[in-house]
Order: sequence, then C-alpha cells, then structure tokens
Amino acid sequence: MTALNTKYSHKDTGWRLFLKTILARAYPRIIGQQRETSWLIFDLLMPMGTVIAYVLVYKALNAPEEYVGFVVMGGAMTAFWMNILWSMSSQLYWEKETGNLALYIMAPNSMMAILLGMALGGMLATALRALVVTLLGSWIFDVTYAVTDFFQLFAVFMLAMIALYGMGMMMASAFLLFGREAWHMANLAQEPIFLASGFYFPIKSLPFWVAAGASIIPLTLGMDAMRQLVFPSGSKIGFLNVSTEIIILSVLAVLFIVTAKYLLAYVEKIAVREGRLTESRR
Amino acid sequence: MNFSESWRSFRMATWLGWQIESNWTDPFLFAVYSIVKPLSGAAILVVMYAVISQGDFTSPMFPYIYLGNAFYIYVGAVMTGVSWAVVDDREHYKTLKYMYIAPIRIPLYLLGRGVARFITGSIAVIITITAGVLFLKVPLNFAEINWPLFFLTLILGVIMLAMLGLLLAGITLTVARHEGFIGEATAGALYIFSGAVFPLDVLPNGFRQVGFFMPTTYWLELLRRSLVGNIAEAFPTLSAFSNGQLLGILVALSIFFGVMGVFVFRRCDRIARERGLIDRTTNY
Repeated sequence: MTALNTKYSHKDTGWRLFLKTILARAYPRIIGQQRETSWLIFDLLMPMGTVIAYVLVYKALNAPEEYVGFVVMGGAMTAFWMNILWSMSSQLYWEKETGNLALYIMAPNSMMAILLGMALGGMLATALRALVVTLLGSWIFDVTYAVTDFFQLFAVFMLAMIALYGMGMMMASAFLLFGREAWHMANLAQEPIFLASGFYFPIKSLPFWVAAGASIIPLTLGMDAMRQLVFPSGSKIGFLNVSTEIIILSVLAVLFIVTAKYLLAYVEKIAVREGRLTESRR
Repeated sequence: MNFSESWRSFRMATWLGWQIESNWTDPFLFAVYSIVKPLSGAAILVVMYAVISQGDFTSPMFPYIYLGNAFYIYVGAVMTGVSWAVVDDREHYKTLKYMYIAPIRIPLYLLGRGVARFITGSIAVIITITAGVLFLKVPLNFAEINWPLFFLTLILGVIMLAMLGLLLAGITLTVARHEGFIGEATAGALYIFSGAVFPLDVLPNGFRQVGFFMPTTYWLELLRRSLVGNIAEAFPTLSAFSNGQLLGILVALSIFFGVMGVFVFRRCDRIARERGLIDRTTNY
C-alpha cells in the first residue's frame, strides 16, 4: 500500500497525459540532439556549403544583391525541409526498424501526441540551426534586410511552420507503410522540392501552374511571403500578395493537421491488420 | 596479392552493391528515382541562370556551369558510394564483421560496392547532358569532341574518386554517429573548391589556392575542354595551362591522393580492429 501512495503512483490521464506525452517526445529533440555537438557542426556546415556554392554562382552571373539574400534564406529553410523528411516523415519507419514503434503503440498514450511532440521538438531544434545559418550567411555575404511588417513576417513564419509540420505528421503516417523504400523516398524528395518550391530563386520565375502546384508545400508560399517582407525589392518578385499567402497557409495548416489525425488512425489500423508494425525489411 | 581472390571480392561486391541500390522497388520507379534527382539538381541551376540571364543560354558561362554540375554527379556517386558502404554494412545491415572474416579483400570489396553507384551515376550524367543538349542548347558537337582526351580524363577521374572514397571509408571506420556526414561534407567542400559550377576566380584569394590543390578542379576542366574546348578555354583560371599540362597535374594529384587513400585506409583499418570498431553499432 505504501508504494501506491508515493509520487510514482500518480497517473496522468486525458489532456494532462496528452500534454506530457508531447513534452516527453519533444525533449530528446530539443535537449538530446544538442548533446551531440559534432552533429550541430555538420548540421550547420552542410546547408552553409550549398548556400556558399549558390551564392558564388549568382556572383559569377553578376546577379543583383537581393539574390544572395534569397539563397541565404533558402539555405536556412532547407533545414526545416530536411527535418520534415528525415526526422518527421521517416521517423515512424526508423522507430519500426529499431523496435520502438510497437512500444509507442502499446503505451497508454496518444500517437497523435507523439507526432505533435516530434513536431514541436523538431521545429524548435531546427529553428536554432536555421537561425545560425541565416546569421552566418548574412554576415559572410553582407546581406541587408528591410522588414516592412514585423507582425505579418511573424504570422507567415509561424503559419508556414505549423502547416509544414502538419504535413510532416501526415507524411509520417504514410511512411509507416513503407519498408526499405522509405529511405529512398525521403532521399528523392529533396532536390525536386528545392526546385519546385523555389528555395534558391523566386518562385515567380517558374510557370504559374507549376508554382501554384508547388504551393501545396507550405515552404513555397512561406518563403515567397517572407522574401516579399524582408527584402527591399521583395514585392516585385512576389508570386501572390502576402495577405493571400497568409490565408492559404492558414487553410493548409488546419487541413494538414486534421488530415494527419485521420490518416494516422487509418494507417495504424492497416499496419496492425497487415502485421507491419514490427516487420523489418532491410 | 592473390589475383583471383581480389577479382572475386571486387566482382561480388559490385553485384551486391547493384542489388542493394536497385532491388528495393520495381524497375520503373528505380528509373524514375535515378533520373529525377539529378535532373532536378541541374534544373535548379538552370532556373537560377535563366532568371539572371533572361533566358540567354548562348553565354559560355552556361555550358561551363551545366557540364561542371553534370559531371560532378560522379563525385557524389563514386566517392560517397565507396565510403557509404562502411556505414551501410556496419550500422544498417550489421554485416561488416562477416565481410571481415570472409575470404575477401576489404579495400577491393569497398571499391566494388562503389561500382553500382558509378553505374547509376553514369546514367544520371548521360541523361543530364542529353537533356542539356536537346532542350537547353548546350553546344556539344559530337564531331568536335576530343574523344581520347574525354575518355582518358573520365577514367582517370573515376579511379581518383574511388581512391578518395577509400580514404574516406578508412576515416569512416574509426568514427561513430556522424560517419554518414563525412562523404557528403567532403563532396560539398569539393563542389565549392573545384569550381564545379563557377570559375575559381570568383572564390576569394586564399580559398582559390585550396582549389588548385584539388584533383577534381583539373578533372572538370579537362572534361569541359574535351567536350566544348573553345568555351572552356574562355575562362581565365586555368587558361595558361595546355591540355597536356593539366593532364600531368591530374595524374600527379591522382597518384598522390591514391597513395594517401591506401595509406590512410590501412592505418584506420588497423585502428578499427585494435579498438573493436568493426562490429560497433550505434543505432544512429
């Protein structure tokens, strides 16, 4: 009886358990990843390498100075896309490979809370890396910014992140059904997305319908709006006006998170039925 | 060295590498996967160029960038392919220890594993260049191509990249947790310092000197010269050198890095055996 009265006997349920699960899953993303300092260095070096190469291409072409800023911003935002691919979409696949997925499902918590925790932790940890890439890039290449509306800039960034991580949660459910093709699928979704979403050039440069199609990826409109808001000539290169992009991003955010919830439940049911939760196809 | 054992190690590793690279899906999806990624990478540069040049693809800068980027696919494929085999076998498949106790030669096994990436890389290079010629007016005139120089440079370069891959494979054997980044980080650094997509003159002075020490700088320059000679020679960085001189430098640097590759791999291999790192898995 004594043991039952200790602090360990307390049991959270309902929304408390939901919140605690989110925090518990976010913890290794925010704290754990920072402990491996060599990872931090590589996480910063890799996007910086691409940024430097593309900036030098623009310099060789005598491009206007804003384009250097576009590349720096695009390079910083690649960190978020890579995080979505490798630490959100593929995560449940990795968990399956290492045997943790079955434990997640057995535990009396919500899988949605686990996905939200992954998203929250990933977003915060990646934001730190993206900030460092932006500061480094801006310092090395002397990029100047002229923010026209701080409120809109904050709104665009937050909406783009919520929609993006909602998309990541949705993709995580789909990846649950993948075997060893998961690695290749995540690998495939890099360069084509960098191209279609205009990571290194204004999205307006692409044909209208290509840009409109690419807008399903929240970073496309997020970056376009942020470029319009932080660069002096931004308004000239905008694909849509910022207010319209904010509305579309809001819709995408709600759509992706709601879809993720239903897709997760559906895919989990299929995976249980087909016995894919514990399989390991290397 | 027993020739038949060496050949068997290389041949079987090549076959195994090809199976790992290709049999995760059906041939159609594999073909799409092999084509879409490199074409998208090239298309990013094409759009960047088109935005600034207002779509003028006749400037010599365009074939310089396009061909440099296309052949750079080999760097990622061959060099990273060889070193990645260590990560794949040790961490993912957990078979590296079995390879070490099998009657094979490990360096040749690792080089063989890189061949599959060389094949998929070659397909990507051919498709990228073909797309450039057909749709973007990359001025390749087959009658004017210096074929002997092209093939000699290509073969030398692939061997050089494989030896660099062996060097990285050795380092990878002794490192944990961030081993997967080593190949990519090196390829990324070479992308900048070799002037793959911009003339080296754009680099600040101190960094330009680093580029002169990289064999990939001369390899890419010779490939460009063999394919579009007059255009490649329009850029001042290496214009003072003749083809023969560039080839001589490439051979010398390839031998240097080749010897370094063998030496570093042997040294790291010994360290890995002494410290029990051959079968270590970190779940990262």
